[in-house]
Amino acid sequence: MLQVAQAPHQAGREKDLKQIVETAVEKHGAQADAFIPILLEINREYGYIPAEAIRLARKMLHQPEEHVLVSEGQLYGLASFYHMLHTEKTGRHVVQFCESAPCHVQGGRELWKAIQKTLHLKAGETDPEGRFTLKTVSCLGVCGVGPVMLVDDDMYANVTPGQLADIFAKYE
Amino acid sequence: MAFYRSHVLVSVDPECLARGAHEIIDALNDELIAQGLIDEVQVLETSRIGDPHRLGPDMLVYPENVHYANLTVDDIPYLVEEHFLKGRIVEKFRAQEKVITDEELGAPKPKEVRVVLRNCGKIDPHNIEEYIAEDGYQALAKVITEMTPEQVIEEVGKSGLRGRGGAGFPAARKWQLCRQVPDNPKYLTCNADEGDPGAFMNRRVLESDPHSVIEGMIIAAYAIGASMGYIYCRAEYPIAVQNLNIAIAQAREFGFLGQNIFGTDFSFDLEVRMGAGAFVCGEETALIASIEGKRGEPRPRPPFPAVKGVWGKPTNNNNVETYAVVPQIILKGAEWYASMGTEKSKGTKTFAIAGDVVNTGLIEVPFGITLREVIYDVGGGIKDGKKFKAIQTGGPMGGCLVEEHLDLPVDYEALTAAGSIMGSGGMIVMDEDTCMVDIARFFMEFTQEESCGKCTPCRVGTKHLLEIHEKICAGKGEPADLDRLDELCAEITRNSLCGLGQGAPNPVISTLKYFRHEYEAHIYEKRCPAKVCRALIRFEIQAPACTGCTVCSRNCPVEAISGERRQLHVIDDEKCVRCGICVQVCNFNAIEILS
Repeated sequence: MLQVAQAPHQAGREKDLKQIVETAVEKHGAQADAFIPILLEINREYGYIPAEAIRLARKMLHQPEEHVLVSEGQLYGLASFYHMLHTEKTGRHVVQFCESAPCHVQGGRELWKAIQKTLHLKAGETDPEGRFTLKTVSCLGVCGVGPVMLVDDDMYANVTPGQLADIFAKYE
Repeated sequence: MAFYRSHVLVSVDPECLARGAHEIIDALNDELIAQGLIDEVQVLETSRIGDPHRLGPDMLVYPENVHYANLTVDDIPYLVEEHFLKGRIVEKFRAQEKVITDEELGAPKPKEVRVVLRNCGKIDPHNIEEYIAEDGYQALAKVITEMTPEQVIEEVGKSGLRGRGGAGFPAARKWQLCRQVPDNPKYLTCNADEGDPGAFMNRRVLESDPHSVIEGMIIAAYAIGASMGYIYCRAEYPIAVQNLNIAIAQAREFGFLGQNIFGTDFSFDLEVRMGAGAFVCGEETALIASIEGKRGEPRPRPPFPAVKGVWGKPTNNNNVETYAVVPQIILKGAEWYASMGTEKSKGTKTFAIAGDVVNTGLIEVPFGITLREVIYDVGGGIKDGKKFKAIQTGGPMGGCLVEEHLDLPVDYEALTAAGSIMGSGGMIVMDEDTCMVDIARFFMEFTQEESCGKCTPCRVGTKHLLEIHEKICAGKGEPADLDRLDELCAEITRNSLCGLGQGAPNPVISTLKYFRHEYEAHIYEKRCPAKVCRALIRFEIQAPACTGCTVCSRNCPVEAISGERRQLHVIDDEKCVRCGICVQVCNFNAIEILS
């Protein structure tokens, strides 16, 4: 299956948040243009970016003597601006539906309704059991085989409403 | 080097991956180990082999050159035993089509001219030597050893190359502007944030021929005097990012990037910067902000990036396709390039065709081709023999064009005059079953979601546009809504900060212009002519066709359908939620949608 970088890595939840932040900062360096890659990495490893991660990252990144000035607000500003960075806790699996026009005219309209109905979720919601989070994603550029849906890192193409139950059953 | 008697090439393009190509590879390897054949048969990944839509996941087996298609993991043990152990070709898994083609791109169709896409699907993107074998980096050598930066700019100027990101600003003039700014260092950025829904030309070039973009960037850097470049690629394209990073590392190793390129005192290096999901980052000032690690919000221009760009320094920003074509212009000459196209739009342009056409996928055609040729000759016409209704060009900032525009020559000026734009090159074809009000609502949903929120006309205006459309689609539209839409569109266009905001109302303006009657049907008659908007349709089971098979009533999620076996069934309109499942499951086409 297609490895899509933004999909959260659920196994990471058990990992130590401090460790994740430190590794991310070491890997990408503590400069301004590394902020987004660092946040992407935390998001991938931990599933989302909690307030604690932002505090830890700020402590490591803010270095007045190196002329790198950063506040928690600034990092939160980034985390809340970019769609692929999540500031709320997500479910064990993230379902992302491609909401773009080519998918829309190829059956995406019906599929989106069916997904919401099957999962009993609307965009941005997580079920009470913490199993699925439902999100929309912008065009993935595989418009030739739409409608397209991602579950975690797995991409499903030419999806029909009838296939949904089987697909979701694979994810516990 | 190990010797293998057989090589298996499994297609791992994104579509085949989505259909489980990696599982096939794992199963193959497991089975080869189990059969003790792993030292004799090598399993490799390759790009697209056949049309993944019909054939994927698929693979080629050499030396026999057998194409197996539609494989599942369960087929693998049998396949390995028969083919690799017993040496018998498994006919039932063979692809029916003898000709092996890449259907996202395919063999050049009539009227196609491949310049940017010339290497896609032909060379291994992970191997710089294959690119070099196709005259790769020859243009760079020529530029650095034989030409002055001014001569490079002059040559590109003569070719008439215009920016392929959408606005069509002459590339050479942009380079000249940046070159003459007396400030150093200078930067180069490549806009690979292809966010327009339905556009995937740049993805294909980055995945299949990353070196053409890199070579074009090095030439541009030489012309401008830039020392550092960034390719800003959206994170939705993981394979493009991966291939770019591999290609950059190889170019460095071969001395095309880094210090003292070709032994001269020209030095230039490149890095990939990944987005994190924000459509507005395709706007150049937002892109620069994002590279610097900030929120991707546009800022007013001037100062233009040519004066103050990345880190406040002069920066030249072009699209993937613009850079990719530069080496060809240098090698084959400006006259050759300028001989294609129309008076003001020279050369070729790639388009991604999606929607209700027979052949979706990528094409590259000279400017001046008509939309009719694009849809019917290259695209194969409308699916299922339906009627053409509209074509949306230019992405979410573009507009819908109709039948009367089909004979327009495609170039920057003609599309703008017709009320749409060239944009980056996405084209979405819509058939008669499409509700244009719903499509306009849909585009507003997109722009409203993607508006960065910095300026009020765009942030609030697009929300109002969306709400009015939702109201109309829900059957609650009022006559005054049409005037409100006209007024809002004009205000947003006039007052927004960046191109996203200024272009946001375009889908509405064009649908209002060409499909006003559909808006009026929704508002005055409470009717959706295309029978799409749920609040305005109802379902009815037709007497002669209904056999009373009970399939519809068993599938209805709200138990709105009643009737005895072998008797006419009836839908309770009060209970019906208009999900349309009954229409899909009925084997006798007995359920009619009324509006």
